Amino acid sequence: MSYTAHFRVWRGDDKSGELRDFDVEVNEGEVVLDIIHRLQATQASDLAVRWNCKAGKCGSCSAEVNGRPRLMCMTRMSVFDESETITVAPMRAFPVVRDLVTDVSFNYTKAREIPSFAPPAGVAPGEYRMMQEDVGRSQEFRKCIECFLCQNTCHVVRDHEENKPVFAGPRFLMRIAELDMHPLDAAEERGLDRKRSAQEEHGLGYCNITKCCTEVCPEHIKITDNALIPLKERAADRKYDPLVWLGNKIRRREG
Amino acid sequence: MTEAERHTYDVVVVGAGGAGLRAAIEARAQGMRTAVICKSLFGKAHTVMAEGGIAASMGNVNAGDNWKVHFRDTMRGGKFLNNWRMAELHAQEAPDRVWELETWGALFDRTKEGRISQRNFGGHEYPRLAHVGDRTGLELIRTLQQKIVSLQQEDEREFGDFEARLKVFQECTVTRVLTEPGGGSPEGGPAAGASPGGGARVSGVFGYARESGRFFVVEAPAVVLATGGIGKSFKVTSNSWEYTGDGHALALLAGASLINMEFVQFHPTGMVWPPSVKGILVTESVRGDGGVLRNSENKRFMFDYVPDVFKNQYAQSEEEADGWYTDPEKHRRPPELLPRDEVARAINSEVKAGRGSPHGGVFLDVSTRMPAEEIKRRLPSMHHQFKELADVDITAEPMEVGPTCHYVMGGVDVEPDTAAARGVTGLYAAGEVAGGMHGSNRLGGNSLSDLLVFGRRAGLHAATYVTSLADARPSILPQQVDAAAAEALSPFHVPEADGAAGTLPENPYSVHQRLQQTMNDLVGIIRRAEEMGEALERLAKLRQEAVRAGVEGHRQFNPGWHLALDLRNMLLVSECVARAALERSESRGGHTRDDYPEMDRRWRRVNLVCDLAGTADAASGQISLTRRENPPIRPDLLALFEQGELLKYLTDEELAQ
Amino acid sequence: MATGTQIQPDPDSSADDVEPQRASPAPTRGGIHTQGRAAIPDKHLRTDRWWLAPLVTALGLLAFIVYSTWRAFANGDYYAAPYVSPFYSPCLAANCVDMQGGADWQLLGDWWKLSPALIILIFPLGFRLTCYYYRKAYYRSFWASPPACAVAEPHGGYTGETRFPLILQNIHRYFFYFAIVVAGILTFDAVLAFRDADGEWGHMGLGTLVLWANIALIWAYTVSCHSCRHIVGGRLKHFSKHPVRYRLWGWVGRLNERHMLLAWSSLVSVAVADLYVYLLASGAFDDPRFF
Repeated sequence: MSYTAHFRVWRGDDKSGELRDFDVEVNEGEVVLDIIHRLQATQASDLAVRWNCKAGKCGSCSAEVNGRPRLMCMTRMSVFDESETITVAPMRAFPVVRDLVTDVSFNYTKAREIPSFAPPAGVAPGEYRMMQEDVGRSQEFRKCIECFLCQNTCHVVRDHEENKPVFAGPRFLMRIAELDMHPLDAAEERGLDRKRSAQEEHGLGYCNITKCCTEVCPEHIKITDNALIPLKERAADRKYDPLVWLGNKIRRREG
Repeated sequence: MTEAERHTYDVVVVGAGGAGLRAAIEARAQGMRTAVICKSLFGKAHTVMAEGGIAASMGNVNAGDNWKVHFRDTMRGGKFLNNWRMAELHAQEAPDRVWELETWGALFDRTKEGRISQRNFGGHEYPRLAHVGDRTGLELIRTLQQKIVSLQQEDEREFGDFEARLKVFQECTVTRVLTEPGGGSPEGGPAAGASPGGGARVSGVFGYARESGRFFVVEAPAVVLATGGIGKSFKVTSNSWEYTGDGHALALLAGASLINMEFVQFHPTGMVWPPSVKGILVTESVRGDGGVLRNSENKRFMFDYVPDVFKNQYAQSEEEADGWYTDPEKHRRPPELLPRDEVARAINSEVKAGRGSPHGGVFLDVSTRMPAEEIKRRLPSMHHQFKELADVDITAEPMEVGPTCHYVMGGVDVEPDTAAARGVTGLYAAGEVAGGMHGSNRLGGNSLSDLLVFGRRAGLHAATYVTSLADARPSILPQQVDAAAAEALSPFHVPEADGAAGTLPENPYSVHQRLQQTMNDLVGIIRRAEEMGEALERLAKLRQEAVRAGVEGHRQFNPGWHLALDLRNMLLVSECVARAALERSESRGGHTRDDYPEMDRRWRRVNLVCDLAGTADAASGQISLTRRENPPIRPDLLALFEQGELLKYLTDEELAQ
Repeated sequence: MATGTQIQPDPDSSADDVEPQRASPAPTRGGIHTQGRAAIPDKHLRTDRWWLAPLVTALGLLAFIVYSTWRAFANGDYYAAPYVSPFYSPCLAANCVDMQGGADWQLLGDWWKLSPALIILIFPLGFRLTCYYYRKAYYRSFWASPPACAVAEPHGGYTGETRFPLILQNIHRYFFYFAIVVAGILTFDAVLAFRDADGEWGHMGLGTLVLWANIALIWAYTVSCHSCRHIVGGRLKHFSKHPVRYRLWGWVGRLNERHMLLAWSSLVSVAVADLYVYLLASGAFDDPRFF
């Protein structure tokens, strides 16, 4: 049942660090996070790791296991060979704080840049009426547990630090899609065009739909197919549809 | 003097779960500069784990529902030990709190008419739980989080700074609520009566940033505790690491009291295998949809555990029980759907009698009850959970389940209307950390509504109190900060054991494991006087070991250090649970005594109150326990019940009045 | 500590306290080697065969490109009555062979001297080139942008689809409209395949089956397009007010989940249909006739 596994865990801070080797006991039914905890309890009491619910619901224990962005609590040890070396590294798109803990403030900064839900004027609390089929799309996106694995794996910022200021990332472009599809969102009435601003202010055009966000999503949200591509199509409605463009030219509104 | 970052706010909220965020939103809406301090990242609080829904008598599915029915259900669930005023406010205000979430962008599941859909749940007379599939907690926390962001965006437009009036200090732990002596309420202040004892008043909090290890002090005249529960003191729990009873301990240390700490809810069905997920919840709907419990002899054992008082409502045979799912009018309910405490006890007995499953639970089976497709449709998240975490296909084989520590009904003793902690002016508590609302047992769905109703009230009354102070704010003395810093740094400087040569510092992880084992084995689901006596002795020993819990490394994101500091809180609340449980010689709700198996009406009038003992030495215990009379229920609320039912709960003298 | 902000450096530096002073910055490198990120020299730590998928994709696409280029320029062996190769239909130049009432419309007149396939192939080519699935496929396999998830890409800069020429990907929907016309014409061709070599109705051979299989896949691929999904219903805010379009959107959505599969199978089927016609026309074998 039990065996000794060989782990390489990245230890270090924002200046230097290395993959450190550990031999550690593994028992039946365990996940990678259990092994990290065992290392903490037995070999490295100050090994820094973020975690919380341990059931794949809070999205705290994001890391890269054998190079793949994953939740450590949802990566079962049984998927590896007993002889395999298992490498655990922090998310590599964000600055590291220590060991497996990264500074994810990029995501919180981006969250603030997305204009919030605009409640409809004149509809009192308790008077909201929405049909299930109208809320279904946004509900899928609201399954997001904000593990930021999509943000981490997206090459637009992972491989190009300089794009961080101009690109909101899959999670927050999906947030725009969620609000744009919200049946009662009144942004348009207030002069905010979410479709246009997704393209012009939040970097939708940087997405080249290579789908890594969808691949790593632990909630299995179809980020690319259901949020990003529909949002691109909505932006195309606004910006790249010559008929619409012509219409706007003809009855051009001032301001 | 200690180096500590200094901040000044009007209201500080400790905890960023449902209650904390709702309190912060309210305080900010009242014009307060508000800080939220939380141990995890913003948006990761344990509230995300809630599955079922938010109980609110909106009457969208059954128009017969109203707050009075909800109140009645809540009191029954809590076996009438609830603070009736809290239960009343909760039932009255819950619908408004849910509707308000929609105006902040929440998307609940809908009825055909486009209203918020409501689902049935144990103990609720009507379909009452607003929900989003089985991820309602996530929806709640995300909605509140996004509301906070929207308030920050408003501030940014007005002041050019997102954090001008509302700031979240994430991954920070508060280790002390600081007070200055001479509380009492300000003259004519609306919080009058909040602190009848006239004890201390809040001046701020002291804490550290987990990331950097740096200390900080926030000066603030009002502090709202919203830190959740205490589950991490138990070995098998559905709670996350954050649930170390911080708010409970902070309140005690600041001079407030805890009540009802003996009532801890054990959910009957948690996962037991693999070890990594032991304790994670298996939702009640598995049984509601037809799942049955079997022991290792393949026997549906729940038929042997129907108590006499329930004999009339529950089926006696498998045929009758199976008939209920399709025709509830003509059949009695299957015994798997007995109240949580009954089922948990039955599972416990089977395992103790040696009829458990290989990993120490019992079998919960839906695979032989429904076609695979139907299981996947009706229980998608359970199918996913067992598939991903346990490699068990619940459509083909049974699950192994056992009781898991789920919720603490006890908590900070608060004024029902204001959520103000009794004994410390300026201290407020809301959510799981507050006591009283749920009595001896909480109904499913009442937790999320509790967070919203009392989170808002705490934020509102904290703001009112701060406004009443004008400029007469309490101040923090340098020596208080020094003392708090020294306490926080002590795990780095564990003294050589006096005399006992060669003793190494204790490993905080092992101390924690021993504490969890002690509480699980000796103050767990079934309790006996001798065992709890032993638990108190072991706790005394663990306290001494905890003092010597040392850590290596430095202060930057050092989990060993964090745990060493959390041990203080877990030991305090564990002692409260053990002492109160030993004292209460009856069985009621979340407190089951093997030696006193019956409910005793006289005990309904008694709340057990825990305070910090004046003379605390590690050996004799840190907690003093007193009895206090539970205030009588207002007559018009009593009139909602039938006389026959009240007879079961109220003493003859009470009934005579 | 706080959201989106950094705390100030702390002058206190006791033994057990916080971090030492920042070392002099290392030479700046981009992406995952940016200063401040975990200092891991490897471009990726993946241990699986992540390169397999892009390699297979690249080989598959290359094979098609080579084949289709040869056939498009060949200007021959594209009609074997009653079958026409999908590469050459509709035939818009005057230099087409007579297709017996087929889509040899000669709209362009006789100045076009090159292969007539080149005129019409622009449209399916554009449709597939701007298709959301093919974009993923070639961005990954040809441009390594990125080669695979969490594998560093070799480029110094990246602007995605924000600039010319890639901003033109946004015109995908217009190619979709053309693709519908082309699919309609190919359907017409498939109907004509129920004639025999002399133009008499009531024939069916293996070639009929090949053309029908091809057109079925072409339609499935075309209709499963993301732009189509948007146009039929995705652009709506309130599905409940448009029940028919909602239902259509649902159907297209289900097809859309298999867009990749349909993209490949229709690519293969179009090549096979052309190859089949080529083999017949070049006399390699005779069309097995069912009736």
